Amino acid sequence: MRAYILKRAAIAVLTLLLIVLILFVLMTFLPGSPFNDERLSPEQIATLRARYGLDQPILVQFWNFMKNTFSGDFGVSYAIQKNVPISSFLSSRLPVSMRIGGQAILLGTFLGLILGIVAALKHNTIWDTLCTVLSVVGVSIPSYVFALGLSYLFGFKLKWFPILYQDALPFQSSVLATVALSLFTMASIARFTRTELLEVLSSDYILFAQSRGIDGFRLIARHALRNALIPVVTVLAPLVVGLMTGSLVVERIFSVPGVGQLLVEGIQANDYSVVTALSFVYSLLYIAIMLVVDILYGVIDPRIRLAKGASQS
Amino acid sequence: MTIENAETRLHAGATPPAAEEFAFDEHDFEFAAEGDFAALAAEPISPVSFTKEAMGRLARNRGALCSLFFIVLIVLFALIGPLVSGYSYEQQLTGHDNMAPRIQGLEKLGFLDGREAVPMSTGVKIVNKYEKLEDGETVYHWFGTDVLGRDLFTRTWEGTRISLFIALVAVLIDMLFGMSYGLISGYFGGKVDMVMQRIVEVLHGIPNLIIITLLIIVLKPGLLSIILALMLTGWIGMSRVARAQMIKLKEQEFVLAARTLGARPFFLISKEVLPNIIGQLLVMSMFSIPSAIFSEAFLAFIGIGIPVPMASLGSIISDSFKSLTAHPYMMIFPVVVLGLLMLSFNLLADGLRDALDPRMKDR
Repeated sequence: MRAYILKRAAIAVLTLLLIVLILFVLMTFLPGSPFNDERLSPEQIATLRARYGLDQPILVQFWNFMKNTFSGDFGVSYAIQKNVPISSFLSSRLPVSMRIGGQAILLGTFLGLILGIVAALKHNTIWDTLCTVLSVVGVSIPSYVFALGLSYLFGFKLKWFPILYQDALPFQSSVLATVALSLFTMASIARFTRTELLEVLSSDYILFAQSRGIDGFRLIARHALRNALIPVVTVLAPLVVGLMTGSLVVERIFSVPGVGQLLVEGIQANDYSVVTALSFVYSLLYIAIMLVVDILYGVIDPRIRLAKGASQS
Repeated sequence: MTIENAETRLHAGATPPAAEEFAFDEHDFEFAAEGDFAALAAEPISPVSFTKEAMGRLARNRGALCSLFFIVLIVLFALIGPLVSGYSYEQQLTGHDNMAPRIQGLEKLGFLDGREAVPMSTGVKIVNKYEKLEDGETVYHWFGTDVLGRDLFTRTWEGTRISLFIALVAVLIDMLFGMSYGLISGYFGGKVDMVMQRIVEVLHGIPNLIIITLLIIVLKPGLLSIILALMLTGWIGMSRVARAQMIKLKEQEFVLAARTLGARPFFLISKEVLPNIIGQLLVMSMFSIPSAIFSEAFLAFIGIGIPVPMASLGSIISDSFKSLTAHPYMMIFPVVVLGLLMLSFNLLADGLRDALDPRMKDR
């Protein structure tokens, strides 16, 4: 088990280093430089380069970049808000994104589980078909299409919720964004739960439990669901990806002051330092979650750990 | 003992006198089948090829058939739509901006007749911009026009073309690359596999959203850089499937037989193993088409998609998003086409997977 965790962690660290390297290369070799001003004399440029450490060997620069990045010092924004440290952007925006993402996961998981369980219990009935259709639609429709529909219907036509995010109403204005983001989570969890539960329900030990007189809620909750939910951990990885891409778009549509919107703004304003910093934050989050999922899966299901360990080490 | 032998003995009823109490009667036995045995044996059990069987299963899947129909329909429209509309996708008609959809025939029913409800400060007002045009009677914009006066019917189908093209090329390239990568890694195993799989694991750990975004910023948005960015990470899933299948198959007898006969690795991979797994790989690639379309639409939406005046479904949606509250019709058609396309490809891929491997049903 320890070897497995160590191996996973090593890969995660390696990936992170690779990402920092990619970001550094991009920052260094991107066309244009901050000192493109014609009024600057060569001496002034040399002074500026020395001040920002650009005259040092490339390896030293890389080391400094890495040191700064890992200590949370991402430099300042060039274009969005001049000379504002990016870390201050992050501290105000990250909580908003995290909150909406968290709400979306909770809502999506809850609805997805219910849908999946209903579909499996009422197998081959109209309920089952309905749930299946819902989950296929949920996986197929891009979250922004759904978000646009929601914002038009509930925000503009019915006026139930604000169309755009308002800081004064943090909950009401996050409802639509949360629902839009949770669609994908809901659909994938429903689909997976249904499949796994169907398989478990037809297994011998459930028959045995039934013959012992256990039925109804107890049978489903204590006996069937527990085993059915183990593989659901695997959907966590695509879910995280879905949430991250979703957040960019959904935050733009509802103008939520979160990290996703900041990244889009950075891309559109060519603010490279913001883009690099956010790329790092996103990657860090992603890698951390992947690591946790991998380890969790190894802990829950020993077969994974053993199979992987045997074939790969 | 042959059948004829048994038959003659039964018909003869020749029972040895010594075993009187054990006599067989003619009616004790019955033939499993009546009639001419020789003909029965000669008649072959009609062989159904795997492909034919799979196609049969696919044809019985109503969802998949519907999807196939919609895909064909959308492709047809994408091919001929821009030709028959009478407008070009980049042509900006002065005075034709923000016009609501108007379709011959349907307009007489009071539906899609160029009228739209415009929200004003004093309330909602019904406006028909076609009446303000000089030759308004003869002007038709089937899906309306956008803010710059470009015909949305033409743009939507032109955009569908580009979205489909990007998806197909991206999928084709990552299928070829991912397939070769996985097959080679799986076939050679050992150190080669170790190194190749570590590379995949590290690459897989990088969120592809980040790679794609960064790459496009560096390369400048354009058709080529979008395709390049999409295929950069798209092949990983394909390579994993190919590798797993290769590992499963390479120890089987037919591969061993070919190797004993002196077949080289390239021949073994491409002629012995590949034909056996191409089905699964095709299904896999079918699943990546909608995700490529989605990624392209996503890139367009965050502003690094196809450059103007070219259009993709994503960029049209992204443009019309800005006037969503005033002119919702601008967005409806591209959104419907995009949603239908994604849904159809997903359902078709599902159906194809079930058809190729019925055990996968309900997965």
